[in-house]
Amino acid sequence: MTGLLAVALPGVPLVAGLLGLLLPPSPRGAATGEGPARRAAIALGVAGAALALVAAVALLFRVDGPVEAATEWVDLGGLRITLGWRLDGVAVLVAVAVAAVALAVQVYSIGYLRRGPHDDVEVDHRYPPYAAQISLFTAAMLTVVVSGDLILLLVGWEVMGICSYLLIAHDRRLPEAPAAAVKAFLVTRVGDVGFLLGIALLGVGAGSFRIADVLAHDYSAGTLTAACLLLLAGVAGKSAQFPLHTWLPDAMAGPTPISALIHAATMVAAGVYAVARLFPLFAQAPAALAVLGVMAAVTLLLGAFAATAQDDIKRVLAWSTVSQIGYMTGALAVGAPAAALFHLLTHAAFKALLFLAAGVVIHAVGTTLMSRMGGLRAAMPVTFWCMLIGLGALAGVPPLSGFWSKDGVLAAAQAAALDGAGPAPAWVGWLVWLAGLLGVAVTAWYATRLLLRTFFGTTRVPLAHPHDPPAVLRWPVLLLAVPAALLGLAAFAPWFVDRLRVPADASGEAVELVHLAPNLVLPFLLLLLGAGIAWAGWRRDPAADPARFLGPLRPLFARAFRLDDVQHALVVRPATALARVVRTGDELGVDGLVEGSGRAAVELGGGLAALHRAALPRAAAGVLAGALLIGLAVALIGVTS
Amino acid sequence: MTFGQFLLVAVLAVPALGAVAAAAVPGDRAGRLVGTAAAALTLLATLPLVGGDHGWFGYGPRPAVQAWHQVDVSWVPGLDLRFHLGVDGISWPLVVLTALLTLLCCGYTLWRVPSGGGSGRVLVALLLVVEVGILGTFLALDLVLFFLFFEVVLLPMYAIIAGWGGEDRRRAARKFALYTLFGSVLLLVGVYVVVAAAGTADLVTLTGGAGLSRGTQFAAFTLLALAFAVKSPLWPLHSWLPDAHTQAPTVGSVILAGVLLKMGTYGLIRVAVGVAPEGARWAAPVLGVLAVAAILVGGLVCLAQDELKRLIAYSSVGHMGFVLLGVATLTATGLQAALIGNIAHGVITGLLFFLAGAIKDRAHTGSLAELSGLRETAPRLAGLLGFAAVASLGLPGLAGFWGEAFAVVAAVRRGGGLWTTLAVLAALGGALTAAYLLRLLRRVTHGRPSPAVAPLAPGLAAAELTAWAPLVLLALAVGLAPALVLSYASGPVDALVGVVTR
Repeated sequence: MTGLLAVALPGVPLVAGLLGLLLPPSPRGAATGEGPARRAAIALGVAGAALALVAAVALLFRVDGPVEAATEWVDLGGLRITLGWRLDGVAVLVAVAVAAVALAVQVYSIGYLRRGPHDDVEVDHRYPPYAAQISLFTAAMLTVVVSGDLILLLVGWEVMGICSYLLIAHDRRLPEAPAAAVKAFLVTRVGDVGFLLGIALLGVGAGSFRIADVLAHDYSAGTLTAACLLLLAGVAGKSAQFPLHTWLPDAMAGPTPISALIHAATMVAAGVYAVARLFPLFAQAPAALAVLGVMAAVTLLLGAFAATAQDDIKRVLAWSTVSQIGYMTGALAVGAPAAALFHLLTHAAFKALLFLAAGVVIHAVGTTLMSRMGGLRAAMPVTFWCMLIGLGALAGVPPLSGFWSKDGVLAAAQAAALDGAGPAPAWVGWLVWLAGLLGVAVTAWYATRLLLRTFFGTTRVPLAHPHDPPAVLRWPVLLLAVPAALLGLAAFAPWFVDRLRVPADASGEAVELVHLAPNLVLPFLLLLLGAGIAWAGWRRDPAADPARFLGPLRPLFARAFRLDDVQHALVVRPATALARVVRTGDELGVDGLVEGSGRAAVELGGGLAALHRAALPRAAAGVLAGALLIGLAVALIGVTS
Repeated sequence: MTFGQFLLVAVLAVPALGAVAAAAVPGDRAGRLVGTAAAALTLLATLPLVGGDHGWFGYGPRPAVQAWHQVDVSWVPGLDLRFHLGVDGISWPLVVLTALLTLLCCGYTLWRVPSGGGSGRVLVALLLVVEVGILGTFLALDLVLFFLFFEVVLLPMYAIIAGWGGEDRRRAARKFALYTLFGSVLLLVGVYVVVAAAGTADLVTLTGGAGLSRGTQFAAFTLLALAFAVKSPLWPLHSWLPDAHTQAPTVGSVILAGVLLKMGTYGLIRVAVGVAPEGARWAAPVLGVLAVAAILVGGLVCLAQDELKRLIAYSSVGHMGFVLLGVATLTATGLQAALIGNIAHGVITGLLFFLAGAIKDRAHTGSLAELSGLRETAPRLAGLLGFAAVASLGLPGLAGFWGEAFAVVAAVRRGGGLWTTLAVLAALGGALTAAYLLRLLRRVTHGRPSPAVAPLAPGLAAAELTAWAPLVLLALAVGLAPALVLSYASGPVDALVGVVTR
């Protein structure tokens, strides 16, 4: 039964997605948002996600320790690749989060992808392929979660990437969407070069790609460090960590529910999950953990500061995602995978809530720019309260979920810094801890700014008549507000805490997620400081953007330290220039040699032919000269022999 | 004569007779129908070949080539030529792929004959003759017979390109014929170096070195590898391919990319590596470096390419680079990756050329600058192009993944500075593949429809769907169940690796 459920978890959405792809992409009645194909697509999408959620919840009750099963997939010259699942408490909890967010997004999309109040023309939303791609994406993410084999994990990993590509490019009215989609796929793919090589190193060493075999194998220190560092490249790409984070803000060109599902709650968490899955290997490679710690600290602050200066509400949330995932990788770096996973779960809830609520706002006012919002609190009370909960959780206001999980991360980093706890060097602990504390203040600042700019003050959109959303949009938001507010309290429930143990068997240390100690006060004070500064700045002039206090740094933060330009100058332009050079070289050099030898042969033949075309006197002279030469030769040879 | 032997002969005789019948039957459509029926019969005959004696129950070391079925009769006794055919786990998937693609191409021709050329039945007849040559190459277990079949392919393919191709077809066809003929000369010399030194042309006896001296093996491997490198093609001997592909009619491109190139890689595995293993070991680093160069150069050229069919043609250079890298590692993992890479490339690039042909036929241009917004006017065609491109960039779960990823894994497994570097570079080449295919998709499918694309009808013809569906399904099936190709190959590959590393 457990095996059946484990297979059904990715299997059901997979089947729903494949069936959905067979529906006509642009059916009759698509423009009005009605029609049998659209209804079938909705039914398939919602049913796939709902059944996956049922399976995940059922597994929650059945699985407490690690269980797994596998059959051979293929054997490539003595390298065994298996097709199997591997479940433990962590996997099941993450699966529940993924399936729940996927279901919320499927339901929400029904209302979001139909004619909105501000669409001046009827738009064909191509709903069937959209819903099918979400289903395929869900299946891929769940494959990553339950997979018991690194190659199978890679399958889910990359299929997720391609679904993300398709969904970012979905909105055909946005001219920047295709470029953003290509960027998202390519940047993560560059990271995946490392991921593949890391998996290859691990698999070749162990003679098998099965995770259990890989974890049990005894690698040399060099191999292990190299493999872990290579894996981190893939993790950085997928989880948007510096320096491969550049794709995530651009990915906001995708429809808002997609941002909620892929670019906030699930796919970007896959990197964190993969590291947690293989954590026993990382724990033996302190060098890799140190690199991860530096990456985390840089990403955490980079994302937080970039979020302070954005005007696009989705980009604020996107940068906050980058920053929050920095907290998770920071927790991994200081050897606290349980804290990382706890933050992953609360983040999935509150970030999905924030994106869906932001989608409601965008839907109501017809723009994503906060400079054209303001004063929406009275018109949209439900959305306001949900957003308040989400932002409170993001900033870490007690007793909302983010408070407890962020505290867990900071406490682990503090322990690593002060007591040298965990496998990483102490300086990594210091780095993560200090960056995390600074991040708390900055996060509170930009969360407060977002709230004030959107819901308070006077309205800056006189023409629109904003209102709370219809039920199909409202309920997913309301239901997500519950875990965003309360999930943190699960840290007091022993059954929950036990399930976050990594590794999941008896060798894993007991986890303590809540630290009711005096040092809880420090992040709380920083939170008050950040929020207070933002509020004070707003009080002076409610119509002006608090970001003006950033002064000359504002454009730099708004463009995220110009790292996009760096990437363009260091990678994109050289690559395209090299491509042009190689093409010219190939056509003129390599092929020119071939064509040239052909032409030379023809010309040589022509020359010889011309030599043979001669008038009679010269021909006769030639014949006689030849005869003379031959005679001479014969005579000479005859003499010498 | 056993059933298996009957099938072996039938696999060659049916398309040969079909070609004659297609050309002889009065009426163009009737000729095409007869030819298609012959192609279908051939495919049916290749499938039961898999039933046979797969195990090795004898005493002593396992022979390097152990055919499931074989036919061995004396052909020209005076020259000691034998008509020796056989099929095993290395050749069978390629045989089936050849029969399938030929059938799809014949069926496609039933629906549409490329304009500007001769009659459709002649085209079908030529396709069948090409099929005889390719199947014979895959089945031959006699070196001289192998060479003969290898040559049979050349002229009908020349005629297909020159007869039904694009505007610059004569030059492209001439280049194709002359360049590959140059390779054939090397093959002929290589074959006779081997036959003269060993005193036999029997591949079963020859595999494993058969007592050839070191020097002979080096010479033989160099000659044979060069000959197959032209056909595969291996950079820098590839420049006939883009021209031939760009000018060839759709069905010609499909056969060319789908199976004709595989004669080169198959020959490399079965003949060059098998007959001169010591030479292979000696030349493996060079082969590996060239293969990785092909991956990178192919990818970079594609990134700067602005013609649809030319881009796909150059992508073949990169993909075959992965196959050759797998072969160059001379490990069981690498050879199996090469075999499945061969099949995957045949399926996926065949599909890509079908789709590129369909787009060019509709929009009357292949220039990427003039194509845009395909998903607005023809969403199904754009979706299929997207699928094929995604399969071609080696997405895990689709056919292309196994060959490319495990060529890299095999290079990692080989270890050492050189092979590790090659693995890293090849993996980077994989990212490059994604870059140029996504650039292709962005140009062709996204954005606002260009004037060339705007008048396109959204529908697809039933014949098109029938021709493409098997390839789509195979790309998915081989990706999900690589054992379809590899389960029969592990025995022969292990045996081959056994003699190579002996």
